[in-house]
Amino acid sequence: MSQSNRISGGQIDRKTSLQFTFDGRSYVGHAGDTLASALLANGVRLMGRSFKYHRPRGPLSSGSEEPNALVHLRTGARQEPNTRATVAELFDGLHATSQNAWPSLKFDAMSINDKLNSFLTAGFYYKTFMWPAAFWEKVYEPIIRRAAGLGALTKDEDPDEYDKGFIHCDLLIIGAGPAGLMAALMAGRAGARVVLADEDFRMGGRLNAETFEVGGVAGADWASAVVAELAATPNVRLMNRTTIVGAFDHGIYSAVERVSDHLSVPAAGKPRQTLWRIYSKRAILAGGATERPIAFENNDRPGVMLAGALRAYANRWGVAVGDRVAMFTNNDDGLRTARDLLAKGVDVAAVIDSRQGGDLLPGIRHLQGAQVIDSSGRLGLKSVTVRLADGKTETISCTALGVSGGWNPNVNITSHHRSRPEWRDDIAAFVPGTGGPAGLSSAGAASGAMSTHGALATGQAQALAALADLGFAAKADELPRAEDTPIVISPLWFVHEGKGRAWIDQQNDVTVKDVKLAHQENFIAVEHLKRYTTLGMATDQGKTGNVLGIAIMAELTGQSIPATGTTIYRPPYTPVAMGALAGRSRGKDFKPFRLTPSHQWAAEQGAIFVEVGNWLRTQWVPKAGETTWRQSVDREVLATRRSIGICDVTTLGKIDIQGTDAGAFLDKVYANTFSTLAVGKCRYGLMLREDGIVFDDGTTARMGTHEFVMTTTTANAVTVFRHLEYCRQVLWPDMDVQIISTTEAWAQFSVAGPNARSLLQKIVDQDISDAAFPYMGAGNITIGGLRGRLFRISFSGELAYEIAVPTRYGDAMIRKLMAAGAEFDAIVYGTEALGVMRIEKGHVAGGELNGQSTALNMGLGKMVSKKKDSIGMVLSQREGMNRDEGYRLVGVRPVDPTGSISAGSHFMEIGAPVDLASDGGWLTSKVYSPHLGCDIALGYLKAGDQKIGRKMRAVNFLTKTDTLVEIVSPHFFDPQGERLRG
Amino acid sequence: MRYSGFRVIAEALTGHKGWKPVWRDPAPQAEYDYIIVGGGGHGLATAYYLAKEFKQARIAVLEKGYLGGGNVGRNTTIIRSNYLLEGNEPFYEFSLKLWEGLEQDFNYNAMVSQRGIINLIHTDAQRDAFTRRGNGMILNGADAEMLNRDQVRALYPFLNFDNARFPIKGALMQRRGGTVRHDAVAWGYARGADMRGVDLIQNCEVTGMRIENGRIRGVETSRGFIGAKKVGVAVAGSSSKVMAHAGMRLPIESHVLQAFVSEGLKPFINGVMTFGAGHFYVSQSDKGGLVFGGDIDGYNSYAQRGNLPVIEDVAEGGMALMPAIGRARLLRTWGGIMDMSMDGSPIIDKTHVEGLYFNGGWCYGGFKATPASGWCFAHLLAKDEPHKTATAYRFDRFLKGLMIDEKGQGAQPNLH
Amino acid sequence: MIINHPILGPRDAQEFVYLGDANLMGRPDGMTAGIEAFHDYLYNRDNPAGAHRELWYHEQGDRSWLVVTRNTVTHEILKVEMARDVARAGGRSK
Repeated sequence: MSQSNRISGGQIDRKTSLQFTFDGRSYVGHAGDTLASALLANGVRLMGRSFKYHRPRGPLSSGSEEPNALVHLRTGARQEPNTRATVAELFDGLHATSQNAWPSLKFDAMSINDKLNSFLTAGFYYKTFMWPAAFWEKVYEPIIRRAAGLGALTKDEDPDEYDKGFIHCDLLIIGAGPAGLMAALMAGRAGARVVLADEDFRMGGRLNAETFEVGGVAGADWASAVVAELAATPNVRLMNRTTIVGAFDHGIYSAVERVSDHLSVPAAGKPRQTLWRIYSKRAILAGGATERPIAFENNDRPGVMLAGALRAYANRWGVAVGDRVAMFTNNDDGLRTARDLLAKGVDVAAVIDSRQGGDLLPGIRHLQGAQVIDSSGRLGLKSVTVRLADGKTETISCTALGVSGGWNPNVNITSHHRSRPEWRDDIAAFVPGTGGPAGLSSAGAASGAMSTHGALATGQAQALAALADLGFAAKADELPRAEDTPIVISPLWFVHEGKGRAWIDQQNDVTVKDVKLAHQENFIAVEHLKRYTTLGMATDQGKTGNVLGIAIMAELTGQSIPATGTTIYRPPYTPVAMGALAGRSRGKDFKPFRLTPSHQWAAEQGAIFVEVGNWLRTQWVPKAGETTWRQSVDREVLATRRSIGICDVTTLGKIDIQGTDAGAFLDKVYANTFSTLAVGKCRYGLMLREDGIVFDDGTTARMGTHEFVMTTTTANAVTVFRHLEYCRQVLWPDMDVQIISTTEAWAQFSVAGPNARSLLQKIVDQDISDAAFPYMGAGNITIGGLRGRLFRISFSGELAYEIAVPTRYGDAMIRKLMAAGAEFDAIVYGTEALGVMRIEKGHVAGGELNGQSTALNMGLGKMVSKKKDSIGMVLSQREGMNRDEGYRLVGVRPVDPTGSISAGSHFMEIGAPVDLASDGGWLTSKVYSPHLGCDIALGYLKAGDQKIGRKMRAVNFLTKTDTLVEIVSPHFFDPQGERLRG
Repeated sequence: MRYSGFRVIAEALTGHKGWKPVWRDPAPQAEYDYIIVGGGGHGLATAYYLAKEFKQARIAVLEKGYLGGGNVGRNTTIIRSNYLLEGNEPFYEFSLKLWEGLEQDFNYNAMVSQRGIINLIHTDAQRDAFTRRGNGMILNGADAEMLNRDQVRALYPFLNFDNARFPIKGALMQRRGGTVRHDAVAWGYARGADMRGVDLIQNCEVTGMRIENGRIRGVETSRGFIGAKKVGVAVAGSSSKVMAHAGMRLPIESHVLQAFVSEGLKPFINGVMTFGAGHFYVSQSDKGGLVFGGDIDGYNSYAQRGNLPVIEDVAEGGMALMPAIGRARLLRTWGGIMDMSMDGSPIIDKTHVEGLYFNGGWCYGGFKATPASGWCFAHLLAKDEPHKTATAYRFDRFLKGLMIDEKGQGAQPNLH
Repeated sequence: MIINHPILGPRDAQEFVYLGDANLMGRPDGMTAGIEAFHDYLYNRDNPAGAHRELWYHEQGDRSWLVVTRNTVTHEILKVEMARDVARAGGRSK
């Protein structure tokens, strides 16, 4: 069987033959074919199975509205489910398989559902499967889920790449049919920056599928000539294979360009698809119209197709879908198909025209006042049964039937902002309503101008209107001559005869009966109809079925169609690959890495890194012979407390604050007072949110009278800075205070331990003796002439400094520190050791700074000064936040030092029932303290300050542990702070 | 009429002629004992429980559009009770228990499916926080388990375990979590309420409230004045608009949340999962579509549609978690209006107007709350005192400093 | 969305961070106002369906706080001002 159904003509390249397979069989098609056209050319009509009844299906359409001909395209990790054969561009080696059928497309076991159809009506599942209750998850649902879905993912990582891009233009034109081309021509000639996008690989729209002439030449040739002119116009960007999928605010549209889908694999360095964000000042929707079927019994057989699709396959692709075809129409457009096919030499068995009167088609059996009432052919159409005008029935054998119920303008994009389409009786269709996306107009068939002349005229007119808005001078040219056939239609939505099923939404198997049942059960509102029957919820979003369903409901209720309403089309216009929406933000590139200045050095030492937000920080640095992380961390802690540990703390937020009001400003943003801080000194600061909850903490140093340096936590570096800008611009706009984030400007290292001063004095040019640089001192220094900053602050509880140098010297600095520290056995410690030491000292951090805790909860209540106005001061005084029985920060250690406790455990009184009423709070952070030789933790305990010394239980149901613990002060180590003043 | 498998078979054999309307379309009466404003999930559930559990009568539900057209008709269908704070967890656990018996209770198969939910863990700090949460859940009678990385891998081997920017370290799992067919919830409650005599009045917008001497007398509607002894408002998304009729400003902002569904795919995600290193949560419906969502767009909006950055952000989260979905296609996005409250938790309370009650501020957790919200609101309406699981959902918690702030973000609704 | 920054011209809203109702500019003075006033200031909102004055921060840009007047039903932006100017015009100072 070699292209048995190929006929003459069309826009395919017959010199280029392409091999492809479908369900394992090899076929040949031509360049310019789609998978559907090539299969049809080879006499293959059966391409898929429907969702619910597993009915055999062939293509209904020749475009992106296709509900039936969905296949798996490609193999392996590139297998792509639910691909519409009607828009899949043929390439050599294309490999497609059918889906939702087992064991084969021709013999699908699940088609048993078709036999059971009278049980499987709309919403039947809502009325059953309720008893026994446990059976839903165990029995019924697994069966339903096994049947769910259409195509399958392979679960392998998608090997292709996707890009994102941004385009700015004056005018975006959506669709390159006659209206879009005409509009682009006008705007391009006027000098506007134009983007013309079309989902098809060949521009021209319906002109490629019709036999019309435009300006005296074949429509397709006119389109090619216009495309050639536009391609030569530098201010016009032509984007074929590009679907405008969504309309967003302020002229922004999303578009998917299928860069490589017409190739077997993307070329090296090329993405599979690109998601474009198009910023347009004006846009014109020229997206054409979609034909709709008429519902009749068994109208879903392979070979039953939209009349316009039949015509497109013949005219554009040189394919006769059947050797003997019939038409079923309620309008003149169906007659056009018959004429075109006849001209191509196809045997046209009959035109079944539901209308009475009018001219009879010459040379064709034109049955007026007749309707198709049934069809036959299990895997493909064999005949149709027709009720003739005289009441007799006749069976007409045919292998293809073109059905035309009229055309629906593609209003979809105009309703992406929830504008509702408006009904026009004269063309029996919805057209774009008011209130669509600002700046978007519509032209051509999308606007209801259905003739070629109408398309050209409205394309030109809308372009002129847009150009005038944009300030471009342009005049109307004389339009090329084109047909201007009026729409002559007498609506017929469904054939009333017959007891069987007549399909509306073919993919989801929604039939006229389902609409009738919805009506009977009072699911009459359009949204109820849709949700109850699943009408329009398939992958085609109801492009061919929705209006039909609404019209049938209107007929049942006796309301008009506009009164019945319409559901709103939602983005995207056609389904979009998740990969395209994600672009390159996947895998390791999901978020950018922020690396600390000592990262390279640490990597050389074999450091283990940990994600802290987007930062990678050193978690610990294993030494030879260490086999567990605890060994490394314990060593780092002990070495620091014994001599020196160095830690890269660059990730902490750093903000320079300057101006004559800098001190007063800090008094506003910190709960405690800073205006009194002496120059050259640091102070711990507590920052509240306006609701009185602790926002952040850190030390802030006064470097000069009007100059402060604030540090924030790593997590809040960005939000604190934002908050300070808010305070100074919005709340106190006249304060003389300037701020800048210097987080990335300074590489900062904590140097902690009894020998910290000895080490630093080796490299710092100034005297940093205890007298010259006391505890909580701060100042500008030099390191071998390099400017730096030094702060004598401590998170570890040791004699400690933080030393900062410009970031580009950070790598040199860590190497210098380690070299100078060699004689002291200085080590680098990571975030784990940092965590151990801060908990040993009872400092709050992530687990305690949880956005839910007050200063009082943290034992820092006295820091909130009432003598001045500061953010959060007033609301921190609310009664619910100041109860004696509220949470207080406590220290926790197991009574048995070998006992294990875990963060997230809850406090329970000994002997009390383990229930909600006796829930005393929870452990926030836990570490193993090598000094104390046991686990230690911090926790929030109800009235914890009154429970120091008490024994309680730390219960963790998740690990099934229940440990006797002692509630202690959170200051486990050196509670008097003698070491840090050393 | 009672639904059952036998009935379905009997009707199938007799041409489905016997199915009756699921609800009547009554004309509004002059006065009711109770008017529930809002025919979404919470309003319908309230009416249902008022009639069934609290034996009240003369009840009407007034709905501006069609029944179930609020957020019950637009959500990601997840049910769970994995809350952290003591103000919330008992309520959501009550709700989950009601879900578990719901279908038998209202004789409608809403496909309550407890296929489990996992919250993925990527850092030690997250594990600590989820441990606290899991223990709190168990103390409240809920179920929780901590899964390690291998256990997660056994459940979902196709997640990004080997090339992730933020490695998966484990998960908190609630096996009783799952999904429910959202529309069926509205229809089941509506049908159950209608059967018990509740008047469900569609296309009836409340345009004003008649308040005399500090007491509600009824509501002005697009279908005329309707008197009522008590009025309960459950119109999340439009709460500020409706309560403005009573002169109230609420601790609520309206924001848009987008939700997403893919084309139908053969099932490969059994339960529900949430990504812990980005805003992404997903389940797969019984029809095969991946149903997923992420963060709210972040700006006040009544537009019921969102913008592209969030769509991309959600897809990025999805791809980071599941690199295999690159070739799955997003079918449809939609946006709903969320009542974002000042602490991320809801309000079920009386108001300063006698006889006027409020239910709202559900943020984007309202769907799972539907049964308990209806029950507790009905309790408040019928008894004038809060249900024991909803005592914390008061207006004055902000004045008293008793916020229920699960995320710890403070008075900034778009961060909850 | 596109925000027409008074200094920088049209910028994608993705460059900005949203805070909320511009009434948050009217912070009471903590030394004179009490809990009730702060409660109303911080927690209660008009939340209109229609024109809404709101605070946006140009985090990926010049760090300006802006007052944007935007229709919450259509998302149309009616006006964009520098928040500092609005604050000063409203009588805020130090």
